[in-house]
Amino acid sequence: MTTMATPTQPAPTKNPTAPAYNPKSESTTAKRVKSTIFHIVALALVAMVLYPAIWMISASFKPNSEIGGANNALWSNNFSFDNFITAMEGIGGVSTLTFFTNSLILAVGAVVGTVLSASISAYAFARINFPGRGLFFGMMIATLLLPFHVVIIPQYIVFQQLGLVDTYVPLLIGKFLAADAFFVFLMVQFMRGLPAELDEAARIDGAGHVRIFGSIMLPLMKPALISTSIFSFIWSWNDFLGPLLYLNTPEKYPLPLALRLFVDQTQSSDYGAMIAMSVLALLPVLVFFLVFQRYIVEGVSTQGLKG
Amino acid sequence: MTQSPTLSRRSSSSASPQPRKSRRRGADARAGYTFLLPWLLGFIALTVGPMISSLYLSFTNYNLFEAPKWIGLDNYVTLFQDERFLQSVGVTMQYVIFGTPLKLAAALAIAMLLNSKRKGQGFYRSAFYAPSLIGASVSIAIVWKAMFGDSGPVDQGLSFFGINLGGWVGNPNMTMGMMILLTVWQFGAPMVIFLAGLKQIPADLYEAASMDGAGPVRKFMNITWPMLSPVIFFNLLMETIHAFQIFASAYIISNGEGGPAGSTLFYTLYLYLRGFSDFRMGYASAMAWLLVIVVGVITLIFFKTSKSWVHYSGDSK
Repeated sequence: MTTMATPTQPAPTKNPTAPAYNPKSESTTAKRVKSTIFHIVALALVAMVLYPAIWMISASFKPNSEIGGANNALWSNNFSFDNFITAMEGIGGVSTLTFFTNSLILAVGAVVGTVLSASISAYAFARINFPGRGLFFGMMIATLLLPFHVVIIPQYIVFQQLGLVDTYVPLLIGKFLAADAFFVFLMVQFMRGLPAELDEAARIDGAGHVRIFGSIMLPLMKPALISTSIFSFIWSWNDFLGPLLYLNTPEKYPLPLALRLFVDQTQSSDYGAMIAMSVLALLPVLVFFLVFQRYIVEGVSTQGLKG
Repeated sequence: MTQSPTLSRRSSSSASPQPRKSRRRGADARAGYTFLLPWLLGFIALTVGPMISSLYLSFTNYNLFEAPKWIGLDNYVTLFQDERFLQSVGVTMQYVIFGTPLKLAAALAIAMLLNSKRKGQGFYRSAFYAPSLIGASVSIAIVWKAMFGDSGPVDQGLSFFGINLGGWVGNPNMTMGMMILLTVWQFGAPMVIFLAGLKQIPADLYEAASMDGAGPVRKFMNITWPMLSPVIFFNLLMETIHAFQIFASAYIISNGEGGPAGSTLFYTLYLYLRGFSDFRMGYASAMAWLLVIVVGVITLIFFKTSKSWVHYSGDSK
């Protein structure tokens, strides 16, 4: 994902020998003032944009009486972990740890399935010449724009008739069948950037497609595989509609559904615990973001991936 | 992708004899479809098949328990007499028409602000991007609802300035504003894409314009906008299509009902309620197909009109 390093943007007009008419001190102070203004504006905007997140974290440590109402200060002298203790107890007799585990199983399943199926399919699109390739590639791109609501009803009916409702199969099967066209597209683009001589050389040495894919392409595709893993993990972690449609037993709920249950049952009586649980649900995403920032932001800027 | 081996241009220059070449082509076709298998299976079983059956279901009455009953165009006719459906169309259109341009304007403005070589770019970029990653989650919907609730921080902040808008969450006139703010808040993803596009614009264009005495407005209109137009087009298309499909936030903020007074009854939420609460699967399928048609038409219009304002420079990336 280093493709965007731009050779354009030459250094600002070199003018080292014009000190007489252009006193250096003046221009540097002007620059410094400009730069200070830039940072003040940018920091003010950052504070505004991050305010909801900061408010959320602050509220999660506050006693209920201080959330909303007259007490909206971000700081409180009564910060405690009480809300988190309540939140960890879970809901309806199911511990929050169970919800966490469920979310994790679904997310890891999504990553494994997507990485496998998308990379294999992308190899066909990017590196093998076969009749019908252009047509299928066009169809794959078209599914990027297709509102998926048009498929959920028949899918539900089929899974219902197969007795697979309230299992993880409907939520994971699409991942193993490269249904997220975005990732296939991402990998096709990446593979097309790799030199064709690699395959040619391997072919002359007698390697088949399986070997070329496994021992040449996969190792070189690491950046694309990592982007795919990160995004499929986060998308699965945040997914709400899928679990809402297919899961009925609270023991099988991932965090977003558990949160909804929590909201339904407590309504506004225990705001603090509700927000603490929201924080817990976002925690892995935030950790991922802090660790993989570069990959995530680069992935977005080069591949147009959505958040 | 020429099928006939005798017409192949490279066959004359290639050292390998004819039979081996065609054998390789056959092997390639087999390998191609083998590797394509996961996607192809998914495409047929999870996309094409369901699309055809939901098209069929949209002409039937089906409640999941009895066999579908063919009723022709009845669902589609009923839709346009269904006041809640019409309301959901209105709500969604408002959201798309106001939310998307505002979000993109914020994204472009801040991308331009950040497009310099100052220190701290990486930090700012990441900080502005963060909401895009979490904005559509249930957690943030809960927080949004709490923040905009009566006597929440937003209301309090406004009343500090003497503004009283009559609450947000429970006020049908304000819920749309709250939903639009939630999507504008997630301007980071298109911003990052804009930023990558801005970095591709050669700096000497701006220098030349400065020498000709062009001000910032003219530079924007004559350089930034046309040079960035492919990226603007991409963002506009993707964000618009996305906006039609908002679901989780609307569901959580309205407790899955689309209230108050139907003001957050987004299209997909109504589709969900019809299909999976009332089990009117035929009706919901008709809604889904209408959505596909509308999104398709909009995409087509975008592509048709793009010729007049999107400029692809000759050099490829």
